Amino acid sequence: MRITKHPVLKFEQGKMVPFTFEGQTLEGIEGEPIAAALHANGIRELRDHKGRPRGLFCAIGNCSSCLMEVNGIPNVRVCTEPLKEGMIVKKQKGYGSLLGGGEG
Amino acid sequence: MKFSDVVIIGGGPAGMSAALAAAEAGVRVTMMDRFSEPGGQLVKQTHRFFGSEHERAGTRGIEIVEILRKQIEENPLIEVKKNTDVLGIYSDRVITFEEDHVYGRMTAGKIIIATGASEKMLQFENNDLPGVYGAGAVQTLMNVYGIQPGQRVLMIGAGNIGLIVSYQLLQAGAQVAAIVEAAPRIGGYKVHASKVRRFGVPIYTKTTIKAALGDHRVTGAVLADMDDKFQIIPGTEREIEVDTICIAVGLAPLSELLVHSGAEMHYVPQLGGFVPVRDEYLETTAPGVYVAGDVSCIEEATAAMLEGSIAGVSAAIASGMNRPELIAKREEFVEQLAILRSGAAGKKIRDGLKLIARREQN
Repeated sequence: MRITKHPVLKFEQGKMVPFTFEGQTLEGIEGEPIAAALHANGIRELRDHKGRPRGLFCAIGNCSSCLMEVNGIPNVRVCTEPLKEGMIVKKQKGYGSLLGGGEG
Repeated sequence: MKFSDVVIIGGGPAGMSAALAAAEAGVRVTMMDRFSEPGGQLVKQTHRFFGSEHERAGTRGIEIVEILRKQIEENPLIEVKKNTDVLGIYSDRVITFEEDHVYGRMTAGKIIIATGASEKMLQFENNDLPGVYGAGAVQTLMNVYGIQPGQRVLMIGAGNIGLIVSYQLLQAGAQVAAIVEAAPRIGGYKVHASKVRRFGVPIYTKTTIKAALGDHRVTGAVLADMDDKFQIIPGTEREIEVDTICIAVGLAPLSELLVHSGAEMHYVPQLGGFVPVRDEYLETTAPGVYVAGDVSCIEEATAAMLEGSIAGVSAAIASGMNRPELIAKREEFVEQLAILRSGAAGKKIRDGLKLIARREQN
């Protein structure tokens, strides 16, 4: 959920761009981390680690909890990766595979 | 291979201060940072700083970032490598990195490691469930990206971070169901505790989280009382309904690159974890490798900025800028830092630093 009213901060509304998550078309602000765009759409489950759902934990690129598959590339830290128009974002299963198959 | 007099790894408060101090002393600086803009965790500090005017007291962290960014931008001796992850530090101070997903190498005369800290995790059942966040992550989502992570939050830890982030959650429009603290007393400053209490947020001491509840996302938590030995008292378990659990149980230095550099490291609980042996001017036992900020000892941004200034001037002096006015300036920074750490609040840090100070070699 995006914060609309804040006593200290002002959030500039950037350009909204479409991207897909698990085949579903969503919108996010261009340049914000992919994880922020997903959170704004109410999505907190980012991958499946050996049968356990995982989400965002540190949000600053340290912990590797938020690894996802972006445009076919696995292990992308979506907490730091800026959102671009048309990105194809998928939940990562296991360790990911560069060849696009299997659960690694 | 490209060379820079001083390479600074990390563009937070310590790294930015180090870059400015070194460049103002006249050496060429390269500062590398993981994000698209430098600032580190200062970018989410919306509260006003304490301390003296000298240390920007009364200014919000987000305003300090703007000041430092502008000074760095205007300084022709500083190059900033953004979106850059450092991969390793090799012998002869060769640094490998990934800049905008492209591999690169460079060498440095001196290296200042200012990588900061990472959040500590807490062990409890289901602690990997989506909806369990580090306190810093919640702060980042809210204060940097304008996203409220949840509606109803449980905060674990009543130190300053737990209290400040709770207050910021309230400011963002979320509900804070409770703050729990394992210790018998609230660890943070009274002024922060009072602020959240005025909103009616209960703070339960001698209490911990036993489990997170939920299948694919957090739907609640099990709390329990703790005895004097920090053990759960059986039969005291009770459930609380929340959609977000926020962990604020402290930070640990992000010291991997220091280990890589060959610096002698020791575990010093007072300083937050594994930290390098260093001299008064923050040079580690790895020649030409300096340290500054939370990676040197978990403290706060004012101390990090002063450490950055000391390390930056020191690296410049050691690079040949051995001028009396710089040596005097460095002593001023050292003195300011000592004043900041004096008093009761700084005792833990002072005790820790005694354990890790680099002895003069005869």
